[in-house]
Amino acid sequence: MYTRRRIVNAINLIGSVLAMGIGLAWLFWILFTLFSKGFGGMNLALFTQMTPAPDENGGLLNAIAGSIAMVTIATAIGTPVGIMAGTYLAEFGQRGWLAPVTRFINDILLSAPSIVIGLFVYTVYVARVGHFSGWAGVLALSLIVIPVVVRTTEDMLRLIPNSLREAAAALGAPHWKIITLVTWRASKAGILTGILLAIARISGETAPLLFTALNNQFWSVDMNRPMANLPVVIFQFAMSPYEYWQELAWAGALLITLSVLALNIIARFFLRKHEQINQ
Amino acid sequence: MHVNYTNQSNSGAFSLPDKRMAKIHAPSQLKRQLFYDLLFRGATWIFTLIVLILLTGLVVSLVIGSLPAVKAFGFNFLISGEWNPVTEQFGGLVPIIGTLVTSIIALSIGIPISFGIALFLTELSPPWLRQPLGTAIELLAGIPSIIYGMWGLFVFAPLFAKTGQPWLQDTVGQIPGIDFLFAGAFMGIGTLTAGIILAIMVIPFIAAVMRDVFAVVPSMLKESAYASGATTWEVIWHVVIPYTRIGMVGGIMLGLGRALGETMAVTFVIGNAHQLHASLFMPGNSIASALANEFTEADGELYTAALIELGLILFLITFIVLACSKILLLQLRKRDGDIS
Repeated sequence: MYTRRRIVNAINLIGSVLAMGIGLAWLFWILFTLFSKGFGGMNLALFTQMTPAPDENGGLLNAIAGSIAMVTIATAIGTPVGIMAGTYLAEFGQRGWLAPVTRFINDILLSAPSIVIGLFVYTVYVARVGHFSGWAGVLALSLIVIPVVVRTTEDMLRLIPNSLREAAAALGAPHWKIITLVTWRASKAGILTGILLAIARISGETAPLLFTALNNQFWSVDMNRPMANLPVVIFQFAMSPYEYWQELAWAGALLITLSVLALNIIARFFLRKHEQINQ
Repeated sequence: MHVNYTNQSNSGAFSLPDKRMAKIHAPSQLKRQLFYDLLFRGATWIFTLIVLILLTGLVVSLVIGSLPAVKAFGFNFLISGEWNPVTEQFGGLVPIIGTLVTSIIALSIGIPISFGIALFLTELSPPWLRQPLGTAIELLAGIPSIIYGMWGLFVFAPLFAKTGQPWLQDTVGQIPGIDFLFAGAFMGIGTLTAGIILAIMVIPFIAAVMRDVFAVVPSMLKESAYASGATTWEVIWHVVIPYTRIGMVGGIMLGLGRALGETMAVTFVIGNAHQLHASLFMPGNSIASALANEFTEADGELYTAALIELGLILFLITFIVLACSKILLLQLRKRDGDIS
């Protein structure tokens, strides 16, 4: 009897270790593939030349620039909105109907399919103005940033002990000063983590850009026109039959994965710092 | 240092703070600060309202955008498998089934593996390994979905066609009753491949929630079970799982929400064929991949509207799943609150 229990125990625990091994193996397999296929394409031309026609040499400069521009503007729009809304939910949201409703919808949107957000921007913006544009891409990306920032801001502000707020209030500080000078400051690292995670998420997003920014084979700084961006270029090049395009796609894939993983690790670093401060 | 507290009752000791307090409490100052308070509060309120309007606007716009298709096909849209842009006959059955089937495959592979990972991280791993291993699994969630798609198409699919699919057909495919699931040529891409790639993508989400809920099981419960002679597995099966059941289901729902809406990875490997096949080896379609492939090329109001209606259906399915997951996890938090 006891032997049987021990065997069952051993089998299941081995299963658990195997599961862990499978998870890790997949991570390293994907990373290995990226490095072995993408590292060859990592050269100076990648950062200095435009996306080429199938039979020419080239790089990904316009796609990289377009991605950086759209991600930056989307973050610049989404972050203040997200922080203010998150502050309302955490600091003023105890009463009234607005806070619970927003919190619920925000949580749903946090994990809603990103392609649906692309559809939304298409119907309300692209279809109205009649052409794809960089601004539409920015709009779609900032709609992904907002829920992430709202959520982390609220969570981080709630972690601030009430005694801190009360101490500031006892000194006679008005409410807006308590929030801007005390609670925001105390949760700075935490809120920054949220922003970084949001940036990491939108840098790799492809689906919402397909119907908004589309793509542009040429250099363009006009946000009102279709704009090249790394994920969509990778998608189109990878699906193409041309070997050179596929090579470029792998180089782009490596580039995007490395930056996203780096952002994730930096975000984790800030989060740990935040936890240390709070302890 | 000696502090004479009685000194504070002297009027001299109070005179300085009094002046400052007087300045802060001067009516004009106070009024101004109260006004700033109102201003700040109003600003945060307005931004919250903006967020709410944007997010509800999303749903409303999808409903309005899909109206032509709803009017044209009505309920038939859900049960018709015909998808013909030329004759403008649209039915969403194939992509809807494709979405559900790939998600079910993803969960049936992903749940046991996530469970094993969460178990390893909370119960078996040496403490110094927990942090790095946990981070590694979380990084799996950070890889952009387009990378999974490329990897699936160029690395996994050829390998799967050469070794995985023949093996499956020779083993599971021989069992009468389910053999039709594994029939057909070995193409590498198809519904099953999409499900496997999705499984890898949902593992980090499910594993993270499971790890977090496993961690809240009071160690006293576990220690009592160990003390009465239970093996590690028995402690997990009879103590940890019953205690965390709700949370685990919540985590699985969260993973399901992810799998349903995943676009790029599925688009690469599912094959994008508007046909219904019994075999999982055959190419299929999912709502998200149909949108990604056809939306920019859709001409005609009805075609676009049909695709938007598909998007709306996808949103509704994920909405229900995510709402369930949120309610379950909330219940768990409430129960924990009662205990502590």
